[in-house]
Amino acid sequence: MAEPAIGPEDLDTPAIEFDPKMWWRLFQYGLAYPRTLLVILVSATMVGVIDMIFGLLTKFTVDDIQLHGKEADLLQWAILYASAGLVISVSLGTFIWFVNRLRIWVGYDLRQAAFANLQRLSFSYFDRRPVGWLMARLTSDCDRLTRILSWGTLDLIWSVTLMSAIAIAMLALHWQLAVYALSVTPLVAWVTVKFRRRILDAARVVRQTNSQITGTFNESIMGVVTSKAYGREQANLTDFQVLSDKLYSASVRNLRLTAIYVPLTVTIGSAGIAITLALGGSELLAGAILAGTLIAFLSWTRFFFEPIEELSFWFAQMQMAQASAERLFGVIDAQPAIADSESVRERVHQYSEQLPNPSLARDGQPNRIETLEARNLDFWYDPAKPVLRSLNLTINHGESVALVGPTGGGKTTLANILCRFYEPVKGQVLINGEDYRSRSLEWYQSNLSIVLQEAHLFSGTIAENIRYGLLRAAETDIVMAAKLAGAHGFISCMEDGYETQVGEAGSRLSSGQKQLISIARATLAARQIL
Amino acid sequence: MLNRQDQWRALIATTEGQRLRYAGAICTMSTATLLSMATPVIGMYAIDTIVEQDFSFAHPALYEAMVWLAGGESYATYLWMCAALGVALAGVAGFLMFTAGWLSAIASDDSCRKLRNLMYWRLHTAPVSFFDRSETGDLVQRCSSDVETVREFLHSDVEAMGKALVLLAGTVPILFWRSPSLAWIALCTMPVLLCGSIGFFYVVQKRFQVVDEAEGALTSTMQENLTGIRVVKAFARQEFEIERFGNKNASFRDASLKLSRSMVIYYSSTDLLCFGQVGATLIAAAYFVMHQQLTVGELFLFITLVGIVVWEIRHLGRVLTESGKAMVSLSRIGYIASATDESQAELSSYPRAKGKLQIQGVNLTYIDGLQALTDVDIDIAPGEFVGIVGPPGSGKTTLIRAILRLYPMQEGRILLDGRDISRTDLQWLRAQVGVVLQEPFLFSRTIEANLRVGGDAASHEELVQVATDAAIHKSIESFPDQYRSMVGERGVTLSGGQRQRLAIARALLRDPPILVLDDALSAVDTKTEELILRALRQRRTRRTTIVIAHRISTIRHADRIFVMQKGQVVETGSHSELCVAEGPYQRLAAMQMLVDASGSHRSEEGSHG
Repeated sequence: MAEPAIGPEDLDTPAIEFDPKMWWRLFQYGLAYPRTLLVILVSATMVGVIDMIFGLLTKFTVDDIQLHGKEADLLQWAILYASAGLVISVSLGTFIWFVNRLRIWVGYDLRQAAFANLQRLSFSYFDRRPVGWLMARLTSDCDRLTRILSWGTLDLIWSVTLMSAIAIAMLALHWQLAVYALSVTPLVAWVTVKFRRRILDAARVVRQTNSQITGTFNESIMGVVTSKAYGREQANLTDFQVLSDKLYSASVRNLRLTAIYVPLTVTIGSAGIAITLALGGSELLAGAILAGTLIAFLSWTRFFFEPIEELSFWFAQMQMAQASAERLFGVIDAQPAIADSESVRERVHQYSEQLPNPSLARDGQPNRIETLEARNLDFWYDPAKPVLRSLNLTINHGESVALVGPTGGGKTTLANILCRFYEPVKGQVLINGEDYRSRSLEWYQSNLSIVLQEAHLFSGTIAENIRYGLLRAAETDIVMAAKLAGAHGFISCMEDGYETQVGEAGSRLSSGQKQLISIARATLAARQIL
Repeated sequence: MLNRQDQWRALIATTEGQRLRYAGAICTMSTATLLSMATPVIGMYAIDTIVEQDFSFAHPALYEAMVWLAGGESYATYLWMCAALGVALAGVAGFLMFTAGWLSAIASDDSCRKLRNLMYWRLHTAPVSFFDRSETGDLVQRCSSDVETVREFLHSDVEAMGKALVLLAGTVPILFWRSPSLAWIALCTMPVLLCGSIGFFYVVQKRFQVVDEAEGALTSTMQENLTGIRVVKAFARQEFEIERFGNKNASFRDASLKLSRSMVIYYSSTDLLCFGQVGATLIAAAYFVMHQQLTVGELFLFITLVGIVVWEIRHLGRVLTESGKAMVSLSRIGYIASATDESQAELSSYPRAKGKLQIQGVNLTYIDGLQALTDVDIDIAPGEFVGIVGPPGSGKTTLIRAILRLYPMQEGRILLDGRDISRTDLQWLRAQVGVVLQEPFLFSRTIEANLRVGGDAASHEELVQVATDAAIHKSIESFPDQYRSMVGERGVTLSGGQRQRLAIARALLRDPPILVLDDALSAVDTKTEELILRALRQRRTRRTTIVIAHRISTIRHADRIFVMQKGQVVETGSHSELCVAEGPYQRLAAMQMLVDASGSHRSEEGSHG
């Protein structure tokens, strides 16, 4: 292969540079739901402000009883507190609902876009990308990005609102005390930034090792017969133990970092509370503030540091997920190497507005394929190793043609080029004397039935697999196709006949049986070229 | 599925060897939690003393300490002392918390490491029929995410449960000590909150399952599509596939939305309950203060402690239901961990076999009831070259599996050198029979490592020798890293024929007395096939060779050919004998000659036209 293969080792590498464009692109997927975003903005702001107001209400209640004794109007505070509680519960419920909605819908959109694009891409794209790699883009990457988009946005709004609300309230009530109480903030922020990065790095190692372990389990199950036949049990276990030891130490390291970080910030935070207590107490003693203010300051200081942790968590997540975003958008944006040209698209468009004519294809040209001709074909994956050189071949309608040759002689390559799964590097393939690049790709390929060497079946029944060739085929057509392919014999011997489940990728059938079914599938398709 | 009691027993069993660490984690964590509750108590003493400007509100010990420090009564010293004490206690609690986290990390991760190793071993020792009953994806999930769930449970959930219980156990006495009547008010919603949370998650578990299943369906649809993308394209079925995927994607979306709707109800109602509890405590405490039944400091203590405990209790409800998930995972793990071991160590092994194989009256029926072999009798002499032909599903591969004891047979016996194989050691038996499969499995390691599966100690010359015999050496030389090239998705992509030849080389390196090629030349062209077969015949040690094939050309030089149909041997003889006898072999031979002839004829026409 000319291009290097993509291995799982670069699945999780942190991006070097932060690319705001990528995140704007992601955010645009969120902008498709403007009302949801607006609701999130409003409800998160409400929650942040009310979180602060609880402290304020506590202060007023305590002040009231201190100042007015039995004259204090407790009912008023109770009602206010209850209303605040009601509003915050409703706002919390609202944002949980809308944030999840945003996450789920954007996830759906992203997966749909990526999957649809994957269906358009050419063989050469899949040659270089393992299935597992592609799957990870549509599952874990997608999940990670939508989480950042939804919960990250929410936490950003909430954190900023809560911190500024608390800071404003504290500064307004007693600015000197506020400055002292919040003086440990830079220290918390510094520790957080230091640790967050290391914790996420450690978590990445855990994830990587974990996916290696999963891969090894997968391999051990797929290759169980080989391992047994070669008596590799003990040797494999020894290899596996190296991996599971690695996971153990990575995971313990990760948890140890978290175990240091959380108590450390709590302790620093409690220093802030202690300063508030000591200085606030002196102020109280001096009569400068009331007890309610001190109590409010104590609880605000306790809440103030939480958003710092949240914020740093999301910023670090974004840095780590930069690569995820690049990979996922890479899949969504990938252009098929083989596609209709501008002029073909135009013709398809023009013809779609006219009355359909059964003898014309969707690009407005003759539907019947009279001749298929290869002229001076050259093809290579690697210029140093040409696979086909100046190949010429003409096939007329109704002819059967066979290609023979040694392994690696280019038979499959030629078939792939004739099917336009690859295009020739030099030379042309002509349909009715016209270059096939000037015809609609979809029209051409839906006129081919192909049986591949590797017979891939989809899980489901035998009948469903044969029907894949012609979706509207009746029961009798399926049986007919199976008979033509010589598969009817063994199918009718099976307990459930055509309704037999073939298992994961046809695993319940032998390779010969799979091949026969794939031939029946191609026979059923009954297209112009087999 | 295990029952409740067995689940707990299994859980406790996994912690073996780490129980002392667990005990240490629980002790330090409890102490830390209790210490962290001391901070609001100190706050209470400080506030009361200051608000009332009266040292009779100070704790005697704190008062003594202040007198000792300041040499008299000083509010400033008292305040700073309380503050410092608070920080010190938080620091000690933090250190203990760290110790607890570390100990439980080691303990839980070590337990799971043992679990993973055990499961890996079980997957290697379980009989092959075990794998027929299960899907690969499901087994892998049991080994990965289920173990992860158990680890999470052992590490965080147990900790969260312990913390909530210790908090409750510490808070209740403190609150009752300061004011029993207010304590009743402050704690009244706790049982509702706890039972409500547990009940909610119990009910909602089904929705979690629905989401998990929808996600599973989505992933397997995606996997199938991507693995078979060439088929999709060959039939131009893109639209159909996008629609199929879209349906799964939408049902995953809808299930997730439904789940999140339940979560909204849960979170907003319990939030209301929690805020309501804190609010009620505040107002009631204010009322008590108003009537001089409570001090301001005690009010601070009550709202702070209640403010901590309510959220922990709410979380506890969730954790307790999560433990249900861990139990399910544990029994899913148990399914693999308790898989029966196919080998029986007490069976005897022998020196290298000579290669005489007798198959006598073998009947084999698969678990799903399919009768694969019926009364099969075959005698093979040492050094004999035997061919087996037959249509797909005629039992050829099953026969090989029976010889390797990968499947148990119901009747009959197989003798190797006159010894019943069911009484020989499995490792020994499998060392005597080298099998190359039609779709050979290669490990995603280097080519060299794949060859060495057949013999760890082989020299490079030996590797090259077997690769040359299997006609794969030249191909290997053409790869960028030659023998060190990675196989599979991360390295060179091998064609079907190359994979088969590599597998043959691997089997040759092992040099077993009996070599079986199970349709292992199907993707190799006839010329290369001829080369390989000649090399096999010329190798110094003449071994018993069994070749299963569809092409007559592969087996025409065999000493004897067995023709199988529907699980039975229907014809026996050499190529020339079988060709003259009327029967399936003659028909097959005639057909293949015809196909060969007409095929080459047409292709000539094509290339000239």
